[in-house]
Amino acid sequence: MLKNYFKIAIAVLKRRKFFTFISLFGISFTLAIIILVATFLDYVLSAGYPDTNRNRELYVSHMQLNSSKNHSQYNGGPSFYFINRYVTTLKTPEKIAIFSNSSATNSYTNNKKKVNNLRYTNDKFWDVLQFSFTAGKPYGKQQLDNAEKVAVISEETSEAYFTDDAAAVGKYIETDNVQYRIIGVVKSLPFSSNVYADMWVPYTLTKEDLKNTGLMGGYSAILLMSSKDDLDKTREEYDQMVSKVPMQDKQFDQMFTFADSYFQSFIRSMHLAEGTNSGMGIFLSFAGIIVLLFLLLPTLNLVNLNISRIIDRSSEIGVRKAFGASSKTLVYQFVIENLILTFLGGILGVVLSFVIIQVANSSNIMPNMVLSINFNVLFVTLLACVVFGLLSGVYPAWRMSRMHVVTALKAQ
Amino acid sequence: MIRLQNIEKVYRTNTVETMALNSISLNVAKGEFLSIMGPSGCGKSTLLNIIGLLDAPSKGEIKIDDQKTDHMSDKQLANFRNKKLGFIFQSYHLINDLKVLDNVELPLLYRTSSGSERKKLASAALEKVGLSNRVKHFPTQLSGGQKQRVAIARAIVGNPEIILADEPTGNLDSAMGNEIMDILQYLNTTEGATIIMVTHDENMAKRTHRLVRLFDGSQVQ
Repeated sequence: MLKNYFKIAIAVLKRRKFFTFISLFGISFTLAIIILVATFLDYVLSAGYPDTNRNRELYVSHMQLNSSKNHSQYNGGPSFYFINRYVTTLKTPEKIAIFSNSSATNSYTNNKKKVNNLRYTNDKFWDVLQFSFTAGKPYGKQQLDNAEKVAVISEETSEAYFTDDAAAVGKYIETDNVQYRIIGVVKSLPFSSNVYADMWVPYTLTKEDLKNTGLMGGYSAILLMSSKDDLDKTREEYDQMVSKVPMQDKQFDQMFTFADSYFQSFIRSMHLAEGTNSGMGIFLSFAGIIVLLFLLLPTLNLVNLNISRIIDRSSEIGVRKAFGASSKTLVYQFVIENLILTFLGGILGVVLSFVIIQVANSSNIMPNMVLSINFNVLFVTLLACVVFGLLSGVYPAWRMSRMHVVTALKAQ
Repeated sequence: MIRLQNIEKVYRTNTVETMALNSISLNVAKGEFLSIMGPSGCGKSTLLNIIGLLDAPSKGEIKIDDQKTDHMSDKQLANFRNKKLGFIFQSYHLINDLKVLDNVELPLLYRTSSGSERKKLASAALEKVGLSNRVKHFPTQLSGGQKQRVAIARAIVGNPEIILADEPTGNLDSAMGNEIMDILQYLNTTEGATIIMVTHDENMAKRTHRLVRLFDGSQVQ
């Protein structure tokens, strides 16, 4: 039966080549865009260099303070004080990386001007994140405690100033009028990385007052567990710890901060969260609506094309009914045919997006980012094909199947 | 085998009401070869469609094999047509996108039979109509007579008890028409098929057992 449907579907596609071209173009173009978005999101959300341990990590990067008196609310990151005073007391995490938001600094080295993104970090930062050193090494606890003016720079930064990475180690780089001795060079990060920067230096060098006891600030922490089985335990421990934190500022009476998975943290960064609501529902609904709206136009186009084919195929519909096809069987047949069409469009979409990705990777439009189509993306594509095929196929199939058999036979 | 009682068919529009069939009662015995004649628009095809359960009468009752058909669901009707009835149309109604063998297999798709079994039965049906050398052709590569023979093979592939033919020789010259009639007669006499055929041709009608004449929707003979 399916073989017969396939033969018919291919024959129908060949019959009206212009219609087929329009249909396949619409489908493949739409699916290619979905594949590109899915590939990008997959890249951003999946574990990757240098954050390769995401399956056993939790992220502390957001905080919300509420005032029930003023009905006001503040959102932002936690302060260094909050992380250092409270988060580092957690027993379950094996290691905790602390790092600041990146800040743009102006650097004049070797008479070259460059804007460097700089982050202040602790020493454990280099243990939690799996940076690949092309030269030198990271700074340790002693250098952190002694506030040594040392820096780890990216390969890209190194290439901007020095002949090679090895030559950079031991040299000085000046940024925002502070001279740092370069002690390590790491492979550059994609800009989508949560720890992206051009330079990383010990947090003890910051001009910020680290003793400020305010709870909100510009820092984040990554909690690395020895096993992913400890994730829930850490979340519980974190929540308990948060419940005991005294409110420093009396104008606020509620504090919300969580140890999130990377995905939850990503959603929280979109400011969709509200108190204990992680914003996941809003995000998924919103993403679903966007995808549906995006699919709507080509779907309507395909519905229209499919309906216009009814007249072409009325004789076939009549014959099939006369020889024993029920309306339900015909709906099934036409939906299957449409799914075949959308899958062909899907294959073209994958090829098209593959070409676009290769071009984007080789042209370095997105620095240090190498996108690839993996199984997750192919699964999303398959899902989009099914949704697209069903959305555009069911109504025309229902219309076709409702056609009266005598009318259908007379139409030829 | 087929029993029609007081069949009426009325077509209604907002302003006009047309009586296509008026109180038709007819019995067709098993193994009978019956022809229906009459001028254009007298209701021949409408009657055949009603017998073939492709259309419903406005009034009256149809029984096939003592089974009432008026309360059957879409699925039951489809199943009944598939098992009991085979259709031959004047304009063949072959699916041009499918090869001859696939066209003949079509009724078997709606049964639980394997692909190899379908192929075997379709080949046998094509053999009966003398077209076993055209299985891989497309309908557009065949002559009118050959197309009609494919249509007959499709009608008989599921071994139905009743064959309904709507002007099967209408688009063919007399030689080809006679060939088609030979096949129908063979199916009737040798295979025992009950055949009801609508025709305009007196000569073809003479080759059947009985003739029913319609005029303005009423039976006159």
